[in-house]
Amino acid sequence: MSRYFTDEHEWVEVEGDTATVGITDYAQEQLGDIVFVEVPEVGTELEQGDDAAVVESVKAASDVYAAVSGEVIEVNDALEDEPGLVNSSAEEDGWFFRLTLSDKSELDDLMDEKAYKAFVDNL
Amino acid sequence: MSENSKNLKQLPLGDWHRGLGARMVPFAGYEMPVQYEGVMAEHIWTRTEAGLFDVSHMGQLQLIGEGAADALERITPGNLSALAPGKIRYTLLLAQDGGILDDLMVTNTGHNLYLVVNGATKHDDIAYLREQLPDSLTLNHLEDAALLALQGPKAAEALAKLGIDPFEPDWPVPTDLHFMEAGPFLWNGIPLGISRSGYTGEDGFEISVPAEHAVTLAAALTELEEVRPIGLGARDSLRLEAGLPLYGHDMNADILPVEANLNFALSKARREEGNFAGAERVLAQYPDKAAKKRIGLFVDGRQPVREGATVVDAAGETIGTVTSGGFSPTLQRPIAMAYVPTDMSATGTAITVEQRGKKIACTVADMPFVPHNYHRKPKP
Repeated sequence: MSRYFTDEHEWVEVEGDTATVGITDYAQEQLGDIVFVEVPEVGTELEQGDDAAVVESVKAASDVYAAVSGEVIEVNDALEDEPGLVNSSAEEDGWFFRLTLSDKSELDDLMDEKAYKAFVDNL
Repeated sequence: MSENSKNLKQLPLGDWHRGLGARMVPFAGYEMPVQYEGVMAEHIWTRTEAGLFDVSHMGQLQLIGEGAADALERITPGNLSALAPGKIRYTLLLAQDGGILDDLMVTNTGHNLYLVVNGATKHDDIAYLREQLPDSLTLNHLEDAALLALQGPKAAEALAKLGIDPFEPDWPVPTDLHFMEAGPFLWNGIPLGISRSGYTGEDGFEISVPAEHAVTLAAALTELEEVRPIGLGARDSLRLEAGLPLYGHDMNADILPVEANLNFALSKARREEGNFAGAERVLAQYPDKAAKKRIGLFVDGRQPVREGATVVDAAGETIGTVTSGGFSPTLQRPIAMAYVPTDMSATGTAITVEQRGKKIACTVADMPFVPHNYHRKPKP
């Protein structure tokens, strides 16, 4: 398993051909209290960069872009009743969706944990 | 950030906010605190204890001279000439066609009129006032004064602990004020203008303080156990719950007072006189002849609808707009304000909002969404 990060503050956990996607702890901290997450429907074909999800805080809506291309195979139903999971556990229980990777080479463009940490430290 | 932070002006409490860990954002040309610990917690704190807001970006103006109230009545529909000393009125600055240029609070201080206008519009307001008012009147922009708002059910209790003196020995203390009353006070010799008003729906005070004493006063207030500093994020969710429109969002120059559901700002005497800017056009809509109206919405489900989402009819045609929307921390559900055709404005009417291609069911709701908690003067 390895974890990748985007400069839009998403994380992508890859196991074989399957990727789990969520937003980073830094992102949830910036967004504040999350009250709703709109996740994509299972079966959606996402292209890298597409709008994939929407995170709603008390005040604002923020788009989440598809970090990698693929078909959505599962979404985190727990977020429906408990969107605050994204605040309390952004990089574990607060995951958004899983997809089957259609182009693993896209992962080469993403950051590893160390690079992402350096990226955030410079913001 | 959309605004270049280098071009942003600093307010007297800027460093103080940063020292408390506030997240600062560009707002109305200034760097302002949007939140400290989090919007939800700050919102709930204000509804249960007392929150301190820095609203120094707002414009504090003084209108001085003989006939100031009569002159101001030419461009506002408020009954300002009848405003007794120490009383405040909410009114609207109207363009010549009756469109709303700003909403404002006007206080008769006994010596002059003290106006509080929105931060984002204050320079335009000043230019318009100077253009419209006779040269015999003086308009001062009080740029050396900060403005703090202490809001919440424990605001009075907290303010009493500061030891604020009446301006003259036999005058009232701040907690003697009722909603929409104001007066001059002294705190350790520092002059304060205090009004019992605010924009959260709670009991509370707005305190005008000389800029050089703003940090001392803010620190003394936040040292009290009841008081925490609150950012603009919670200010917005509080005013939305209170059903209070925000200029630039729920009101603008293309909207007339009746459309904005601000009939209460069209006082009876002024409706009869009719001699204010745009009166003919404004009064032609009074009381319920406007084609569209600002209403409150309860949104089904958990997903908020936001400013800019459209109200649609059964055929999917746009018939209105959401002008404010968010999640109500008090009610734990999304709420919004929108303009809809007047024949769809009755409480309980089913409304469909379209946002990012998705249709969301809503119901017209009574406002305020959360009851006001003002300290009103008992009726005689």
